[in-house]
Amino acid sequence: MTTLTHLQRLEAESIQIMREVVAECDNPVMLYSIGKDSAAMLHVAMKAFYPAKPPFPLLHVDTTWKFREMIAFRDHLVETLGVKLLVHINQDGLEKGVGPFTHGSAVHTDVMKTQGLKQALDLHKFDAAFGGARRDEEKSRAKERIFSFRSAQHRWDPKLQRPELWRLYNTRKHKGESLRVFPMSNWTELDIWQYIYLEKIPIVPLYLAAERPVVERDGTLIMVDDERMPLKPGEQPMMKRVRFRTLGCYPLTGAIESEADTLPAIIQEMLLTTTSERQGRVIDHDSAASMEKKKQEGYF
Amino acid sequence: MSHKSDLIAEDIERYLEVHQHKSLLRFITCGSVDDGKSTLIGRLLYESKMIFEDQLAALEADSKKVGTQGGDIDFALLVDGLAAEREQGITIDVAYRFFSTEKRKFIVADTPGHEQYTRNMATGASTADLAVILIDARKGVLPQTRRHSYIVSLLGIRHVVLAVNKMDAVGYGHEVFEAIVTEYREFARRLGLEDITAIPMSALKGDNVTEASDRMPWYYGPTVMQHLEAVEIEEGLQQRPFRLPVQWVNRPDQDFRGFAGTVAGGVVRPGDLVRVLPSGRQSKVARIVAQDGDLQEAVDGQSITLTLEDEVDVSRGDVLAAGSAPPGVADQFQVTMIWMHEEHMLPGRPYLMKIGPRMLNASITDLRYRVNVNTMEHVAAKQLELNEIGVCNLSTDRPIPFDAYDDNRETGGFIFIDKLTNDTVGAGLIHFALRRSDNVHWQALDVNKQVRAAQKGQKSCVLWFTGLSGAGKSTIANLVEKRLLALGRHTYALDGDNVRHGLNKDLGFTEADRVENIRRVAEVSKLMVDAGLIVLVSFISPFRSERRMARELLDDGEFLEVYVDTSLAEAEKRDPKGLYRKARLGQIKNFTGIDSPYEPPEHAELRLNTTDMSAEQAADVVIAKLSEAGLLSG
Repeated sequence: MTTLTHLQRLEAESIQIMREVVAECDNPVMLYSIGKDSAAMLHVAMKAFYPAKPPFPLLHVDTTWKFREMIAFRDHLVETLGVKLLVHINQDGLEKGVGPFTHGSAVHTDVMKTQGLKQALDLHKFDAAFGGARRDEEKSRAKERIFSFRSAQHRWDPKLQRPELWRLYNTRKHKGESLRVFPMSNWTELDIWQYIYLEKIPIVPLYLAAERPVVERDGTLIMVDDERMPLKPGEQPMMKRVRFRTLGCYPLTGAIESEADTLPAIIQEMLLTTTSERQGRVIDHDSAASMEKKKQEGYF
Repeated sequence: MSHKSDLIAEDIERYLEVHQHKSLLRFITCGSVDDGKSTLIGRLLYESKMIFEDQLAALEADSKKVGTQGGDIDFALLVDGLAAEREQGITIDVAYRFFSTEKRKFIVADTPGHEQYTRNMATGASTADLAVILIDARKGVLPQTRRHSYIVSLLGIRHVVLAVNKMDAVGYGHEVFEAIVTEYREFARRLGLEDITAIPMSALKGDNVTEASDRMPWYYGPTVMQHLEAVEIEEGLQQRPFRLPVQWVNRPDQDFRGFAGTVAGGVVRPGDLVRVLPSGRQSKVARIVAQDGDLQEAVDGQSITLTLEDEVDVSRGDVLAAGSAPPGVADQFQVTMIWMHEEHMLPGRPYLMKIGPRMLNASITDLRYRVNVNTMEHVAAKQLELNEIGVCNLSTDRPIPFDAYDDNRETGGFIFIDKLTNDTVGAGLIHFALRRSDNVHWQALDVNKQVRAAQKGQKSCVLWFTGLSGAGKSTIANLVEKRLLALGRHTYALDGDNVRHGLNKDLGFTEADRVENIRRVAEVSKLMVDAGLIVLVSFISPFRSERRMARELLDDGEFLEVYVDTSLAEAEKRDPKGLYRKARLGQIKNFTGIDSPYEPPEHAELRLNTTDMSAEQAADVVIAKLSEAGLLSG
């Protein structure tokens, strides 16, 4: 008797979810953030539709403040896999010069990420968008449905969410309404890393330790990724051996000092570490806004 | 997040090797807050070291602030926090938690135990392989224990852990435990629950959760964690006959045609004989295609793409099945419905039904009885409310492949979706096909609808006049019928006057009765269309879903919806029968437009605005439409 491993079961579930969306929705898209969760999700998608390519484009909402290595990795991967990528930048925000240093993380994230995402979804009239969020990320996500409904204004209405039984997903929606679909809901951070390791999935090198120029701000190590980083008087970037546990806009992503430069080593470090994943994300600490509120406003 | 393993630090690659062969167990915990459910889950998370130090710090702080354990760590706080969400108006049906050990990864479905319980528990149970039923040792088997066990057995969970909790509060007494277990087993046997593992424990003190307790030397069995790690669940699933509900047809080019789906039972290998249901055609499996190379075998739970040796017609919703043991095909079933929506279930109302990847129309033809979930008694009922469970007869608009839910969850479980709101309103479990549908074969007689209609020099159809009371439906329908008669056509008019006094005199004006009223009128219309007549139906018929049901009973082009449109103010001014006045005085209840809604048609074939059109003019428009649609020529 063949016994499926837990990763094989999780993969099978994610594939089933993706196929269901493709079969029932008119114009799906996969949100691609370049991070490890996106990497795993895209890998599953390549398998789900093989020998066809995934029958939907990837969408990257570029805040223009991503690490340069992320963008290079993205462009290379898309070419290698032969998938279609759409890049959307909130032009309005760009013209107004919105950025994390000038406007703070909350405004920057709202304008360049949340608003940018809504613009892109409206522009292309996508009726379903895959996201790589997991239920284990934090307590409030534990109850999140796999198929999450959004109004025509992209708002998340708790009353609109539907019970999910067996493998049956109700994808019906009225005109203008859309779905956010989280095929990786039941994966944990360890599952993702283990899958990346076993399946040899390429990831952005920033996850692995290397000598990088950083400055310390409020106890957080921020990498000086380009010349837009304003240095305080007398502040000198230091070369440190660091890596990143999550990836986002470089001014908002804290590095950790680490010697882990292989996948087993970073998994080892993650298992031995004592703080949860989201601590590296400045966005969660900023203001009192909870994930719940952000979700209602349309943050993914 | 440190798993309890020295291997992590010593030999991470060996650790990963061990962990990649873990299996997965999904389970549900049943019990109320008082039973210590949250404490048990919290402790399982804690003991498997799935808690980070920052979370632990927060937990310790919260335990001091709001905990119930006098400053000690309150494990329940790890998973609770639902109260706050409830205050925010967020509906929580099920929260999913994750932890893993060296042997398995676990997904726990945790359902808050309050008024939404049946719906939530059914949702959580639908994907669970095992149920942990908690009992407070001080209280023993309670009505809620019976309710939980009933839902567990109904949803087809085969493995039960009876966790007799709070043993510390009864002095770890052996007799207390034995008495509870004996009583429970007696009851569970009647539900057909066979694999029951009873464990005496204390979630609070940690006895027999992960560590064997030395305070209960009389107990020799496994701890909760040991049992969860060891229980065998997959064997049975793979021994069932092969099923693959086809989810998506993969056609990247002319040369490849693969059928994608998730194996719902059994094993499949290249060369296997398979049957396509419902068509019944046969072929052999050519390949099981995967990115990393073709597979030699695929088992229950795997998402695969396979190709067949012959070019047979297969589309989404069909089931590929073992040639030797195919599923049944039928359109009438006995089912159990679990109702999940504030809008109650009405027999006769058409719903969308999703079973596997297949979507079709279905309705409940008969609600046989409701089940009292606390006592399991059968209760007569006319409708099902939110969280109620009933046994019903169900009719689908075409034959579908199916298995009994007890044999296969994936091909025997379905959901109901409301056609207008798109909400998921109910979940159902197929028990068996009603043989009636097999025995009542439609006889293809030589004298048929077309022949009868042609004899009358017409095509048969239904003109369905809908609109407010006093809009002019019957007046216009009468004029149209007179003109058709003058043109030598054959007609019949159905309206409240000739139906309500006879065929439907047993019906009142409740919502359920109004649905049934329209259903009967629609069915009678269908027979008359079959007789070759032009049928004029004049009913307020305020609900879109019922008008749609009538439309769907007939063939394309046979149903013409005529919206007789008048403002409420105008209709009330006319008030030909004095009904609006009585309704305003409260002498008539559920009167459309006053205290019951009218849902105007969205896609009527004709809209007659009788505020600026006379009845004669309106009749002309109708005749013109019939002529234009070619219905007045045989």
